[in-house]
Formats: sequence, C-alpha cells, structure tokens
Amino acid sequence: MKAIFLLAAILAAPPAFGQTKAKAQNVPEISYESVPGFLKLPANLYLGEGIGVATNSKGHVFVYTRSGDTRLFEFDQNGTFVRELGQGLYGFEFAHAVRVDRDDNIWAVDEGSNMVIKFTPDGRVAMVIGRRPEAVEGLVAATPGAPEPQPEPYVFSRPTDVGFDAAGNIFVTDGYGNSRVVKFDKNGRFMKQVGTKGNQPGQLNLPHTMAMDANGNVYVGDRSNARVQVFDNDLNFKTMYDNVGNPWAVCISPGPHQYLFVSNSIPDNGLAQYRDITGEIYKMELDGTIIGRFGKPGKQLGEFSTVHEIDCRNPNELFVAEITAWRVQKILLRPTSSAR
Amino acid sequence: MVRWFCFAAILATLLAPGTFQAPAPAEIAFDGSADFLKLPTDTYLGEVAGVATNSRGQLFVYTRSGNPTVGLGNSRLFAHGGSRLFEFDRNGTFVREIGQGIYAFLVAHAVRVDPQDNVWIVDEGSNQVVKFNADGRVLMILGRKPEAVSIRVPSPNPSAAPPSRGSSGAPGAGGAGDQFVRPSDVAFDSEGNIFVADGHGANARIAKFDRNGRFLLSWGSRGSDTGQFNVPHSIATDTQGNVYVADQGNKRIQVFDGKGGFKSQMTNVGVPHAVCVSGGAHQYLYSSHAGDQYGMDDAAIYKLALDGRVVAKFGTAGKQLKQFGLVNAIDCRTENSLYVGELTNWRVQKLTLHPGR
Repeated sequence: MKAIFLLAAILAAPPAFGQTKAKAQNVPEISYESVPGFLKLPANLYLGEGIGVATNSKGHVFVYTRSGDTRLFEFDQNGTFVRELGQGLYGFEFAHAVRVDRDDNIWAVDEGSNMVIKFTPDGRVAMVIGRRPEAVEGLVAATPGAPEPQPEPYVFSRPTDVGFDAAGNIFVTDGYGNSRVVKFDKNGRFMKQVGTKGNQPGQLNLPHTMAMDANGNVYVGDRSNARVQVFDNDLNFKTMYDNVGNPWAVCISPGPHQYLFVSNSIPDNGLAQYRDITGEIYKMELDGTIIGRFGKPGKQLGEFSTVHEIDCRNPNELFVAEITAWRVQKILLRPTSSAR
Repeated sequence: MVRWFCFAAILATLLAPGTFQAPAPAEIAFDGSADFLKLPTDTYLGEVAGVATNSRGQLFVYTRSGNPTVGLGNSRLFAHGGSRLFEFDRNGTFVREIGQGIYAFLVAHAVRVDPQDNVWIVDEGSNQVVKFNADGRVLMILGRKPEAVSIRVPSPNPSAAPPSRGSSGAPGAGGAGDQFVRPSDVAFDSEGNIFVADGHGANARIAKFDRNGRFLLSWGSRGSDTGQFNVPHSIATDTQGNVYVADQGNKRIQVFDGKGGFKSQMTNVGVPHAVCVSGGAHQYLYSSHAGDQYGMDDAAIYKLALDGRVVAKFGTAGKQLKQFGLVNAIDCRTENSLYVGELTNWRVQKLTLHPGR
C-alpha cells in the first residue's frame, strides 16, 4: 500500500505550499528551552516524520509517526517507551494527528486511510469513523483538475484533526480533499458540517488542525488562508485571527485560564525564502490577543523544523512533533510577565 | 454501486403504483456483545468480512487487516497480504492465525466452514476461493489471482458495465470454469458440491463445482429478471440442497434448486448483504439488511422461515452494541446464538436472541 501512495503522489503532485509572514509585529519573545533526549526508544525502534503528539492525564506521551509503516507509540511521563498501539491496523496508512480525550481515549486521524480511530486507554479499538476506500479492482489514475466530489457524511477526504466537547461530541477537520468541519455525536452519528473551499469567512482552504475550548468553541487552523477561524459549538462562524501566519498546528491548554498556541511552521520543503518569516509558535489568549512568541526554524535542539502538532496540556511544558526532523521535542517555556 | 442502489430505491418508491403496507414484523429481544473475542495485544481486527463457526464452536474470522505488501514492478504493482484469518476457541480465546502471508489473502469477503469442518475463504481481491483443512493446511484452490494490480485511466463512460470474464455469452454469465471476478461467498450441499457466488464484479452468476473442484455448471447473468442477478452477494444452502442467493442490487433473495432451477424469491427483506441458514432440525434463514452505504441509517437482521415468511426482525444501524455497521457475514449454526461480522465497525458481535421474551 505504501507503494500505491508513492505512485499516487507521483501521479498527482500537490502544488507547493505558500507560507506567509505573520502580520503581528513587535511580539514579545518568550524564552524557552528544549529538553534533550526526552523520548527514549528501544534500540530497534525509530521515529519517522513526527506527525502527531498528545499526552494523557497521567502525562504519558503518544506519538503518531510516519515511519516505514505509520505507527503509534506510547511513552510514560519520563519519556520511557511503554508500548506500541495498533500494530498493522487497517486504519494506519499515513499519520496526520493524535489526540487524547477527557477519558484518556486515544484518537488517531489518518489521512491515508481516511479514518478516525478511537482507542480505549488499554489500546483496543472502540470506534471508527469514516471508511477506507476499497482498492479491489486496482487503481484508477487521478484525473488532473477533476473537481472533488460532494462531501458525504461518513466519508472523509484526507482528514486532518479531531476534537471533543464536554458532551463528548466529536469534531473532525476534513481536510486536504474536502474543506469542512464535521460534527458527530459521541456515538459517531453525523450531526452537522460547515465549510466549502474558499477564502470567505466560514469557508476553508486546507483546515489542517483544530482545537476546542471549554465552552465547546472550535478553533480551526485554516492553513492556506493564513488564519485561525473560530466557530461556536453548532459550527456557526464567530471570528478569525489572521495575524499569526499559516497555522499548521493549534492547541488549547486546559484549566481555568486557557491559552491558544498557534504554529506558523516553516514549510516542509524547507526553502530558504521561508527561513526568516516562519518557524515560530504564538501563545495567545482565546480572544486572539497575542501574549508572545517563541522559536525559529532549524534542525538543532530548540529549533523547529515544520511543527506539525502541539500538545499543551501543561501550557508551560509543550510537546511539539516535527515532520522534517523526525522528532518530538519537549519544550519548557519560562514564565513571562504577561503569563498569568 | 451503493449509491446507485439508493437511487434505484427512491425511484422504485416514486413509481410504486400503490403502497402495499405489510404488517410490521415482530421484534426479537436480543443482547449484543462486542468483547467476546480476546485478541493478543498486538493483533487487531479491521473490517470483518467473514465469521464462521465449526462443529466444535470454534470461530474463524476473516478480516481486512490492511497493510498489504506491494512490490513495484515495471508499470506493475504486485500485492499480497491485506487480509488475515484468525481462529478462536468457543470461549473467544485466540487460538492462532491461519494462512500467514498466503498468496490468496488480499481483500477478504467471506469465510465458511463445511460439514467436515474444513475452512473456506473467499477473497474478492485475489478472485480466489481457498479450502483449508481443520489443521489449517491448504487442500484446494478455486480461481487464479491476477498477476498484478491493474492501474486504469478513468473511463470516459464509467457507467458502462465491464465485460464479464471468460464468457462470450450474456453479460455477467461468466465462463465455464472458475474465472471469478470479485467472488463473494461459498456454500456446500450434502454431497460436497461447492457453490460460489460470483460476485461483486463483472460476473453475476452462481458457479457450481463438484467436491473435487471440477466445474459442473453455472447460472445467472446480469439483470433483474428471475434467475438474473445484480451483485449476488451471499449464498447459503439448506439440508434439501436448495440454494439461497442474496441478490443485493435487486433487493431480494432468490431460491434455486441445486441445478440452478429458479424456485421462488423473497422481496420483503430490504437490501440483503449476508444470508445464513441455521442448523438443527427446523431451519431458519437469517438475512442482514443494510439500506445505506455507511451502516448508520438503516439496518436490521431478518429471521425468515425457509418459505420466505418473515418471522421477525431486529437491530438498527449504528456503532453501538446491538447496532449494525454493514453486516457482511452471519454465522447461525445455533439458531439463537449468532455471530455477525461488520465491515464499518471492525468487529464481531455475538448476538444472543431471546425469541420468547
């Protein structure tokens, strides 16, 4: 199946990503450090592209990586390897995000199989949403320029991320093919969707990442439109933040005072023209007020190479997964005067 | 294809001259359990295409596990793997895997156990039917796997039916042999004759082979007349040697004698996906209905007398217990203790029926 994807990539090479300089100016720098060698892998295991990272309530770290196979690993709060989940799973093909819900269930979003998979805390599959295409009669070459078919309630087209509200409703950003956010109830039943491809408010152009606040609002990283759009729990458009570049990864911390983190990641093509205008992560209030920024592009410890997912269960101890450096970094933010 | 079914269903409803209102069938109280099977921690089910028990109550599960191995050739892709066959004991404890890495395992569609406890799989990706003995060794192969995965350019006329394989006869009639196109199911009569439903693809027929795999006859072609099929999706036999075919696209179950002679049809079963004839002295026919392509809106299992009278129906669509997400297989060796394999819910549900409750 890997070879098929390789082939599909050759047949339908995606357009190069644009990446823009954030409009926000004079943003305070937040000082930070990266913990060296936090994740400790057994000698025969390797990370590939760092695509997804999420922690559970015990501080265990889940890493969803594109290695030879797409794989999901669990580490404890000290970074010690615990186990692998979903070995050879039908829904694992090309990782895109991992998230943990309030009950410590682990959710994987796979943009290769078009599946969203819920694991129980002990690693068994509890529910799946979407359906992997059946490649029974061989492959049909993609038609260049063919319009995307109309979205169907339970069929994703390269979904990107998942979130949950207090009632257990499930929200999925979908994705590279479709341009929508879908709401399902806790039992996986379709409730509502919003979004078509475009740049008007409420429209989306690559909804790449999402996060939810305690009130059930949905923050969507509308990557190619260079903005974070905020929808209420019924997916009505509320507002947007368009001053923090192209959001590759967003995260909202829990607790009484929630923060929004947004990564204006350097594109994965690593072109030099983006080096001075991208690579930073913004710490914001939920209303869009920017508190500060940190990070710069690069491959060294503490630098960021295409941040793809952020975990911010503790807003001062982040985990960031990076595509092109094949790693997950633990980032400690030093308290700032504006941090409350 | 499924979308086409929906369209056809709407059209049929609109065109119906007068709506005949049959009395609602009785409901059967039942329990569902999805944690009956205990898998090793590093082993997972994917889409469950087939589930069957043997005479000792052991379970066989044929699942689309994904991750086939694909080799790159010169303009060709070679694929194997992608489906796995697991065995469990009567308590649901994992016993073993059968046929690891076998050439025919690609896209699972059915597993059945014959009266001698041989285990048969039907693979719609390799176009093969494989017979294992009870020890898990291969005894017989029907059909041949395509050498490579085809890569096609989009058809300018996608609605045109593909030509059936090996036949110059009626569309879908197939050839006089075992050139299957996405075969879907297998069944046996008391003499050991083998019936293959063929299938999901260009053929629309039932092919009959003797116990040694020698082709005897086939019947059916693409269409909606009696004796014709639109995706013969599942097949079962009773002790009299009658053959029940879930004619999915025509929304009916057709009944034939063992030589393909049409006997009757049942049109009150929704869209049949899987059929099973129960064991015991008094046999019943179970048929799973799925009215939508997601398994989320419209589903049930029907219990029928062999004459087609609906005894009861039970269950709804969805992802919770006692709900069904595209039931692709039913095992009904025991009349009131069923195992169903679900495609979209990646599970085997054990259903315990309480008809008297």
